[in-house]
Amino acid sequence: MDTLDLSRLQFAVVTIYHYFFVPMSIALAALTAGLQTAWRRTGKQRYRDLTMLVGKLLMATFAVGIVTGLVQEFQFGLSWSEFARFYGDVFGPTLAIEGMLAFFLEATFLGLWFFGWDRLSPRLHLATIWIVSIGTVISAFVILAANSFMQNPVAYDIDPETGRARLENFSDLLLNPVNLAAFPHTIAGAAMTGGALLLTIGAWRAWRSPGALTHRDHHSWRLLARLGAWVSLVAGVAVAITGDHLGKVITQVQPMKMAAAEALYRTESGAPFSIFALGGADGGEPFFSLDIPYLLSILAIGDPTATVLGIDDLQAQYVELYGPGNYVPWIPVAYWSFRLMIGAGMLVAAIAALVLWRTRKMRPLDRSGRVGRLLLASLPVLPLLPLAANTFGWIFTETARQPWLAFGLFFTADGVSPGLTEAEVLASLLAFTVLYGILAVIWTRLILHLARQDLSPDPDAPASDSRDHATSAPSY
Amino acid sequence: MDLATVWFALIALCWVLFFVLEGFDFGVGMLAPILGRGSDQRGAAVRTIGPVWDGNEVWLVAAIGVMFAAFPDWYAALLSGLYLPFVLILLALAVRGIALEFRGKKDDGGWRRRCDLALAGSSLAAAALFGAVFGAFAGGLPLGADGEVAASGGALARSLAGLGSPAALLGAVTGVLLAGLLGSTYLGLRTTGPVRDRARAVAPVLAAVLIVLAGVAALFGPLSIGGLALVIVALAGVAVLARAGREALAFAVTALVMAAVTVAILVADFPVLLASSLDPAWSVTLAGAAASPMALRTISIAGIVVLPGVIAYQAFAYWVFRKRVASEPVPT
Repeated sequence: MDTLDLSRLQFAVVTIYHYFFVPMSIALAALTAGLQTAWRRTGKQRYRDLTMLVGKLLMATFAVGIVTGLVQEFQFGLSWSEFARFYGDVFGPTLAIEGMLAFFLEATFLGLWFFGWDRLSPRLHLATIWIVSIGTVISAFVILAANSFMQNPVAYDIDPETGRARLENFSDLLLNPVNLAAFPHTIAGAAMTGGALLLTIGAWRAWRSPGALTHRDHHSWRLLARLGAWVSLVAGVAVAITGDHLGKVITQVQPMKMAAAEALYRTESGAPFSIFALGGADGGEPFFSLDIPYLLSILAIGDPTATVLGIDDLQAQYVELYGPGNYVPWIPVAYWSFRLMIGAGMLVAAIAALVLWRTRKMRPLDRSGRVGRLLLASLPVLPLLPLAANTFGWIFTETARQPWLAFGLFFTADGVSPGLTEAEVLASLLAFTVLYGILAVIWTRLILHLARQDLSPDPDAPASDSRDHATSAPSY
Repeated sequence: MDLATVWFALIALCWVLFFVLEGFDFGVGMLAPILGRGSDQRGAAVRTIGPVWDGNEVWLVAAIGVMFAAFPDWYAALLSGLYLPFVLILLALAVRGIALEFRGKKDDGGWRRRCDLALAGSSLAAAALFGAVFGAFAGGLPLGADGEVAASGGALARSLAGLGSPAALLGAVTGVLLAGLLGSTYLGLRTTGPVRDRARAVAPVLAAVLIVLAGVAALFGPLSIGGLALVIVALAGVAVLARAGREALAFAVTALVMAAVTVAILVADFPVLLASSLDPAWSVTLAGAAASPMALRTISIAGIVVLPGVIAYQAFAYWVFRKRVASEPVPT
């Protein structure tokens, strides 16, 4: 692999890894704020216990998010300096404003929240976690605006002297139609990520561990499981609706991306949606395929008989527009990541709905039946499914944009730092990969450790043992 | 003063705040295992920065983000030119953040010891690397006509150009010692009992070594005689104040020294932002690297509205956690 390929691989590793923790932080911040509000309103101990648990999950997740996010911010200058020069005028302000406006809020107020239980008035203390939550959402919106520019460049012109992009209007940059569609889709995906984690921990503790049904925390765990299930289910519906809308916007601005998602080579009217196909990714006829008639035309354009442009026609079109070259992204990756994204997301929503149905009206999550056994057995994979869906979503978004860095404007191959050597990228790629692997193990073990703790102190335990529980502040 | 100059000043402010604030929390991280005997004392030392380190580190995010926004060429040349040093900084900061945040999440002595060790090592590494990068930056980089450090000689030559120069080595040692001095005066200010006593004893030693180092810097050129005299007076003052138990003043004077060093490095070649050691024509300059007026106006509006608020609520956070941290176990 050359410097360009290695740099792309490094960008993928760093970005995908960072994005495991971002949606989880967004969701856990909002859920902590919601639980603490419920506690303040009702005064019920179980809301307080759950606030503590979810807050600790948030702290651990946020810490990994912040250190991997730092790498993200440096990356454009480290490996993609030519792109940073070209795109700095547009991208720089979004990064600067995200840092100044949102990230300071998140970091400072999260510290105040976690350590401020004894030192702030209850009202002010509750406000701090809401401020954190608002900060995470502002961050997401501003950063997605920067990414949306790469999908659909708006609000810029090209400096005739330097040939670089120049910001024209910041509010137009934020209000990019792709951003307005991608932001709710991303937030819904984030909610699903946090919901699935809570559902798993709650269900595991309420029903899976021995003696769980008689444990003093049983009702709190049950509450956590059902809260997580509701969040996942509602998020699943929201993901579908917002995803449908985003798909239509993308069909408008990046028709090649949607054609790649479907491996649709020839332009068709009343195009079917392919659920599954074997062979034919190179443009030939697949030897097996399962299609839903008219669905692609409906999804892409909103009309069953509408014409959807195929890859071959688009390639010819782009050659005319941008000059000779290959404008077709890597089709099998686009086709399968798109399907795996949808499949993983829908599976989470289905599991959540099933858990809600089977635990209705105070019923326990029955593990005697085949469905019950299957549900409980699916728990260890459940928190990974939304992570997979998010990841496949981003892989689809970013690889089906190739060969462009900024669509129609700037090629990926032109963006890499010119002075960079293979050895440097290889060394840093290995270092990041090893460190991130270790971090993943530590983070997972810590989350498991936190999930295994009891929520409320054991009334029979000797007092000297309860230093951590004695003050209302979590220990540090 | 045009907007580009204003933003240069604000970037300098971000770096100053980062080096002063994260400087003392690097120092606390390095010193916690030395000044704290046993888990309770080490825990007390770490608790002095627990609530605030996250907010301190964001000044780096702000500094880099604003550099990118206001001077994309500066950001691109500096980061790609010092590729490996910055990668090492990011690795050190990652280990550090995780060690800090995770040490208290498990009630287990071995876990805490490992976290303390990781925290100390990564804090030391981060302080040294930032010092080296700023030292290299002050000496200029071998920038070519395209604004990039030339790759002739391969990866090793490129990173040695960044980290192997005398200026970088001097910077690394200075960075560690200044962070240590900030950390020890801060610990003196924020703790009670044996940790405070040891912090008060260690600060004068660090100040004395820094005075020697300033002498070396004056010999090699980067420090004028007047500057040397000023540094000696300030550091001697820190030593006296720390011994006398006037920790707030000692910390404030150390912070001023750190701020002065940072500003001196940043403005040394102004309006050249990053000097090319090959040909002055290839240097990155204020006018040449500035973003378009629209980009500068955009971040100006955000900066004028937001930054005073940031400073106000960070000050509020420090005020909330102003009480000294005791190293005795919390009575139950």
